[in-house]
Amino acid sequence: MSALELLTWARGSGLALALGLCLFGIILRLFEILSLGRKTDLAPARTVTPGSGWRTLLSRSLPPPGMLSRAPLTYVGGYVFHIGIAIAVFFFVPHIELIRGLLGFGWRGLPNLFVDIASIAAILAMLAVLAGRLTDPVKRFLSGKGDWLAWGLTFLPLATGYAAFHHLAENYTLLLALHILSVELLLVVLPFSKLFHVVGLFLARWYNGEIAGRKGVAS
Amino acid sequence: MESQSKNAVGAALEAAGVSRREFLGFCATLAAAYSLPGTAVDAIAAALEKAPRASVIWLSFQECTGCTESLTRSHSPTVEGLILEQVSLDYHHTLQAASGEAAEHAREEAMRAGSYLLVVDGSVPLGNPGFSTIAGVSNVDMLMETAKDAAAVIAVGTCAAYGGLPAALPNPTGAVSVSHLIKDKPVINVPGCPPIPVVITGVLAHFLTFGTLPELDHLGRPKVFYGESIHDRCYRRPFYDQGKFAETFDDEGARKGWCLYKLGCKGPVTYNACATTKWNDGVSFPIQSGHGCLGCSEPGFWDQGPFYKALSMPTASMQKAVGAAVGAGVAIGAAMAIRNKAAMTAAKAAHEPVRVEDLERKS
Repeated sequence: MSALELLTWARGSGLALALGLCLFGIILRLFEILSLGRKTDLAPARTVTPGSGWRTLLSRSLPPPGMLSRAPLTYVGGYVFHIGIAIAVFFFVPHIELIRGLLGFGWRGLPNLFVDIASIAAILAMLAVLAGRLTDPVKRFLSGKGDWLAWGLTFLPLATGYAAFHHLAENYTLLLALHILSVELLLVVLPFSKLFHVVGLFLARWYNGEIAGRKGVAS
Repeated sequence: MESQSKNAVGAALEAAGVSRREFLGFCATLAAAYSLPGTAVDAIAAALEKAPRASVIWLSFQECTGCTESLTRSHSPTVEGLILEQVSLDYHHTLQAASGEAAEHAREEAMRAGSYLLVVDGSVPLGNPGFSTIAGVSNVDMLMETAKDAAAVIAVGTCAAYGGLPAALPNPTGAVSVSHLIKDKPVINVPGCPPIPVVITGVLAHFLTFGTLPELDHLGRPKVFYGESIHDRCYRRPFYDQGKFAETFDDEGARKGWCLYKLGCKGPVTYNACATTKWNDGVSFPIQSGHGCLGCSEPGFWDQGPFYKALSMPTASMQKAVGAAVGAGVAIGAAMAIRNKAAMTAAKAAHEPVRVEDLERKS
């Protein structure tokens, strides 16, 4: 199989397989979570705080008072790599064309220079948070295989995408194929790993915000 | 060039009216293409002038004659064209005057003389020998017989290099490339549909000058011509970097000459010299004429997804995969939820309340 054939497979059957498994896994996990259910809370709400759950969606993305100065690497590194990845994924023109090919609509992209800067920032931030996780004894103790797997699967598409864009190897076609395959690997593993937070965090934060609000700790 | 043998390339060029200035210009172009220093120009010129006219046998199999057309008719005679003409083209059934047994006799004579270059255009059908024959001889038999004593084999065009259009799915004739069959000697692939004239003459000139074959890439192509992608050498590349794209073939972006990526240009994954040497004596190339690159110098380009979809777009509809995934997810998820609910109900039914007396009871 030549590099071009591998690329074509990744754009066709590979993508269909990865998307299918990703969607299947997400639906399965949502059924699993939602069907667990909760017992009806028979106690009256302590405070009436409509929208507490929705506000929590945002408030949990902001550092609690004092935490930014206590753990700057965690917060700044986390913000930079999440925002950097979002820019690279949603504002690089070839990525927008992929979304257009899948959903039938797209939007204007950013010039490559901006996307490149965002990608480099994301890569450096991910390396920094990895170094922090490795050197901090508490974080290291709390880290399991799932954490290392999630980091690796997120870093791989960034690294291969950067290498392909900058032609860091002679065979660009192969690099591009490996980049797409690394994204497909991420999609397949996403529902069954900690990466599911891209879906689950909305449910979890909303529920926590709502239940905390009923118990008198509204956000 | 006065002192050259009548059979030398230099003498032939002189007889054809090529000036010394034109000849040295061609040598300088070759030196630049091969990244040689300026001092190499004289060496190339001297070697080419003295080089005996190499015997060339040109076999055409499952092809459209586009490769020959490209080399002989794309522009008025140039030094490149003359170089090609002045090799001793002993057999080429489109161009030679002889036909029938006389033509085959010419090929056999050239083979007997030995040390010839074998140029092949077109793919070779393995499905049935009768799919393509010349003088009653199957393509595969003629190729193997002629290649046996060839100094080198040059596969011209994507069909000869990779199977090309005849090998496009479902490949009804079982078409294969030349390198699929010849394993015991170097095969230089000069792909393209058709290939650029100066590329084939450049390969021939390299062989005549140095007596060796040029450095090849992993697909057997001369690196000097196929070392960089169309995209990297494209004059529209700055527009790609700026995020300026033609959305249709007749919108403002197209009129302004913006990047054709969104219209399906395969330049990023296509390695060829179109963007640098161009066509028709350096006049233009497909992207300059407003159409994206089709990737014709890459293996199996015909089957690598739609021509008019951006390179990052899916090559096929994802509807079936998405439908199957959602259906399976809902069905299995619902079954799992029902099972969990039943387990919770059973646990509730089996629950035994614990009273204070039970806790205080001493065993």
